[in-house]
Amino acid sequence: MATKRHVTTIINGDPAEFLCATEQTLLDVLRDVLYLTGSKEGCASGDCGACSVILDGRLVCSCLVLGVEVEGRSVETIEGMASGDELHPLQRKFLEHAALQCGVCTPGFLVAAKALLDRHPDPTETQIRYWLAGNLCRCTGYDKIVRAVLDAAAQMRGN
Amino acid sequence: MDYRSPGTVKEAVELLTAHNGAGQVLAGGTDLLVKLRAGFVDPKLVVDVKSIPQLRGIAVDSGGFRIGAATSCAEIGEHAPLVAAWPGVVEALHLIGSTQIQGRATPGGNLCNASPAADSVPAMIAAGAICQVAGPAGEREVRVEDIVTAPGRTSLARGEFVVNFKLPKPRSRSGDAYLRLIPRTEMDIAVVGVGVALTLDENGVCTHARVGLGAVAPTPLLVAEGAKALIGTRVEGKALDALAAAASSACKPIDDKRGTVSYRVKVAGVLARRAALVALERARRQRI
Repeated sequence: MATKRHVTTIINGDPAEFLCATEQTLLDVLRDVLYLTGSKEGCASGDCGACSVILDGRLVCSCLVLGVEVEGRSVETIEGMASGDELHPLQRKFLEHAALQCGVCTPGFLVAAKALLDRHPDPTETQIRYWLAGNLCRCTGYDKIVRAVLDAAAQMRGN
Repeated sequence: MDYRSPGTVKEAVELLTAHNGAGQVLAGGTDLLVKLRAGFVDPKLVVDVKSIPQLRGIAVDSGGFRIGAATSCAEIGEHAPLVAAWPGVVEALHLIGSTQIQGRATPGGNLCNASPAADSVPAMIAAGAICQVAGPAGEREVRVEDIVTAPGRTSLARGEFVVNFKLPKPRSRSGDAYLRLIPRTEMDIAVVGVGVALTLDENGVCTHARVGLGAVAPTPLLVAEGAKALIGTRVEGKALDALAAAASSACKPIDDKRGTVSYRVKVAGVLARRAALVALERARRQRI
């Protein structure tokens, strides 16, 4: 059996370390090694976005990153969005707008939307739809998700 | 599976040449990890090239641009001088996948994965990109259109990999553009992809042109007849008809769930015409 690799990284602002096999993806590590099960596996091929995380400031699919690749890097997951008991504005707006049903796609959408608003605080509806094209939802039909993101963006701008 | 992350080109070449070339290059991982998961590949060794400085970032000098082969599409799109000089190449790179894919995917991977439908390749071909390739015999330059030889296959020898893509500084009054057709709005594989780059003289007559075509043959194509259709013309009327005809003739497509042979042949001509018009507009607006 091959030796596991030791990886040191930062997850949601906190130093973290783990052992993983080289074949394990970051998603495998988050869920099975670190028990951060907020990120979901929807397709294992980078098509659905349910595994979305932010790696060194970039929105990525964690199923397409190897666990060993985050050595020395910084990862933000859905678990880091709320501040203690206080939900992120995006999370609150998703609830207000009923932008989720089964919730499987929701962590991915929230992380992706956060990555959008971090860079583009005032996106148009079209920009939101294109940015979120890599996140699939089988339940909601997307409309409420888009409205929630628009509303959260407005609130975060102080409108 | 062994995983190594060399810090130099030399180390990477040694790793890739060893073990009868059983190593696979890992850049963005957006193709390799999918294949790994699906069991299509089972490499003994994965060589992560992202720690090699020459493969990351964009260098600019008086001759033009050197795009590190393992630079992410997202990062490339943030390089304002490159976006201004080669908007067609950048927009082609930006059509790959989704925002998440853009955060990792690279031009080196898009080229060397050797899909006939790779989005960046027709635009790179039109731009006249030259690949700097490193290997056990040293470094050599290869025109981007000479890399892909068949679906999933490249002309790279064992131990070789692409270090960077060289794009010249564009001539004055030059423009490039990339258009593709997919069944959905986003997140799909090209049915046809066309890249056109052209240069005008001070009278608005085309003096240089290159046309790249993707997803309609076993490899991305350089369409020499398309360039001939444009050079010496004002890129209108009959010249555009000839370009469209040349693009359609160059197709050697297959029928599949995304498009039939006849549909692809027709759309190749339509997109070639439209891409030429976008490139023309950009050329008219550009003064160096």
